Amino acid sequence: MADDKSFSLLDPFQTVDLGLADWADGIKGWATAHRSAIQPLKRAVNDAIMSIEHALQAVPPMIIIAILVLLAWQIGGRRVAIIVGVSLFALGLLDPTAWGLAMTTLAIVTSSVLVCIAIGLPLGILAAKSDRFQAAIRPVLDTMQTIPAFVYLVPVVMLVGIGNVSGVIVTIVFALPPLVRLTSLGIRGVDASVVEAARAYGANPLQILFKVELPLATPTIMAGVNQTIMLALSMVVIASMIAVKGLGNEVLRAMGRLDAGKAIVGGLGIVLLAIVLDRITQGVAQTGRERGHRHWWQGGPVGLIAKMFGR
Amino acid sequence: MMDGSVNDMTAPVIECRSLWKVFGDRADEAMKAVLQDDLAKEEVLQRFGCVVGVRDASFSVREGEIFCIMGLSGSGKSTLIRHVNRLIEPTAGDVLIEGINIGELGSKALREVRASKIGMVFQNMGLMPHRTVRENVAFALEVRGMARTERFAIAERAIATVDLAGWEDRYPDELSGGMQQRVGLARAIAADPHILLMDEPFSALDPLIRRQLQTQFMELAAHMKKTTLFITHDLDEAIRIGDRIAVMKDGEFVQVGTPEQIVTEPADEYVADFVAGISKLHLVTAARIMEPLDAYQSRNGPIDLTGSLRARPDDLLNRLADLSIETDAPLAIEDDGKVIGVVTKKALIRGIQGRSRDDEGGLPNGG
Repeated sequence: MADDKSFSLLDPFQTVDLGLADWADGIKGWATAHRSAIQPLKRAVNDAIMSIEHALQAVPPMIIIAILVLLAWQIGGRRVAIIVGVSLFALGLLDPTAWGLAMTTLAIVTSSVLVCIAIGLPLGILAAKSDRFQAAIRPVLDTMQTIPAFVYLVPVVMLVGIGNVSGVIVTIVFALPPLVRLTSLGIRGVDASVVEAARAYGANPLQILFKVELPLATPTIMAGVNQTIMLALSMVVIASMIAVKGLGNEVLRAMGRLDAGKAIVGGLGIVLLAIVLDRITQGVAQTGRERGHRHWWQGGPVGLIAKMFGR
Repeated sequence: MMDGSVNDMTAPVIECRSLWKVFGDRADEAMKAVLQDDLAKEEVLQRFGCVVGVRDASFSVREGEIFCIMGLSGSGKSTLIRHVNRLIEPTAGDVLIEGINIGELGSKALREVRASKIGMVFQNMGLMPHRTVRENVAFALEVRGMARTERFAIAERAIATVDLAGWEDRYPDELSGGMQQRVGLARAIAADPHILLMDEPFSALDPLIRRQLQTQFMELAAHMKKTTLFITHDLDEAIRIGDRIAVMKDGEFVQVGTPEQIVTEPADEYVADFVAGISKLHLVTAARIMEPLDAYQSRNGPIDLTGSLRARPDDLLNRLADLSIETDAPLAIEDDGKVIGVVTKKALIRGIQGRSRDDEGGLPNGG
């Protein structure tokens, strides 16, 4: 702050310093000071993530593929099942280590998305019900989506430390907004005359929410879940900078060593995982009737078994 | 207060007392000004930016009666009917359902009234697309917490009542418009409410289906004796279905009366315009168009009616027309074996036209 610059109306910013950067840096100090308070919570979350990962690692790949293909068939139909099966096989064939890394990444993504749903759905419902809350939360969501991840990476690491839990937190910041937005949009878009009819027949607000609004908003909400999953996957590489293992870590290490081959393995692995998760979640958004049968249990493998037993 | 009451000892099932609804941010302010200075609709809009939806509506509906509210779109009839189950809060005035002021009920008690006492049918059906016909019809029962098998059994009976048996497992979008509205009707009667609110239920249907559903509804109503508030923009429908009709314009009742009263004695130009196109053949009785025997004889001298055809005072114009074709002589109107009046061909034709007996072809005035 040299004094040779005098205050100018045309360019006031040269001389005014509000000390925002210093103040924000104080957050770091505060975070470090409160580290111990957060540790028990961190351990619990980490255990949860690790148990998901252990489960995924313990099951043989072929069985996981079988489960996911059957799930895709039930939810999305035969075409989706084929795409999911082929993608998973390709993922396994990329590299002998690829499958294990992918399961680690899947565990992190699953944890992040579950937490996103737990937070995002209630926030979205609140935003749908209250115009003021919607107006208040919008700039927050915009910020979460656009602020570069590196900005909040440091305070999070200072507070929580490196590892899976920080990875999940960082992923949530980036992946949460579309779920909140689309939940609100979906509920606001429900046909007002149907809601009015429910009111006229004596439904209370909770019954209207669970029996009318949420079921009718499901396709839009599932589009939000789908977007959240995609964004969570796109954070995998950045999360690996704070010691999250998995496919992202492969890409990061390959970049450091200029190893194009390893980068391709990690990158393609992420893409294939994204295809699998995308197709399955898109299938949920589609009702069974759009695929030509009346109830969900009349199609897919369940329908086949039901038919075999003559239902 | 418009005189819509009827001398009947039974307590009204639905009663509205000087109901007002003003829409807008400054509704209360506008309401006060309206009561003080009797502002017109346009003035309220100009000075307060508020829209008067319902203006001082008072009426009561007796047990088993079908009360039609007829008006064009924007006349406030749909707003009015939503006050009866308090989907809309009135700005002023009271609504009583079987003597209970529903404006004073808590939200839980209000929901109970809605679920058990009032069935509502909507112009745009309001069916839930994610539920089967059976689940839709059982909705009011489900909301009250009735067990699944029980409510489905009741729903199936209601579905059979509207001739939709066999469609229980279908979804609304698999049904035609007429069938969907029958599902709406089944949903309204499933909880066996005393009151039916029909908000232009048949307006969105094509004419043939509309007539079928009107007939079906009238049979059901006669059979089940539901007290019904029926909204329509179609005077023909109001006349067919209603025991009494209220004509509404700009949020206000212009006239309340039986179909015959509305058609033969329109209160003002507005109602007269509506009525002009309505066929009188099945509405107007001989008593209304006949000339009393004394008056006829004092004008035309004694008349020998031994040979002329006889009709009764409550015979409709349609029957008089049939009789009149058979003879050139005036018809004799006979009550208790005594001739009380005469209907000439001219009087009959004027009656069918909706003009008065002696009208020489000037302005239509209906009387």
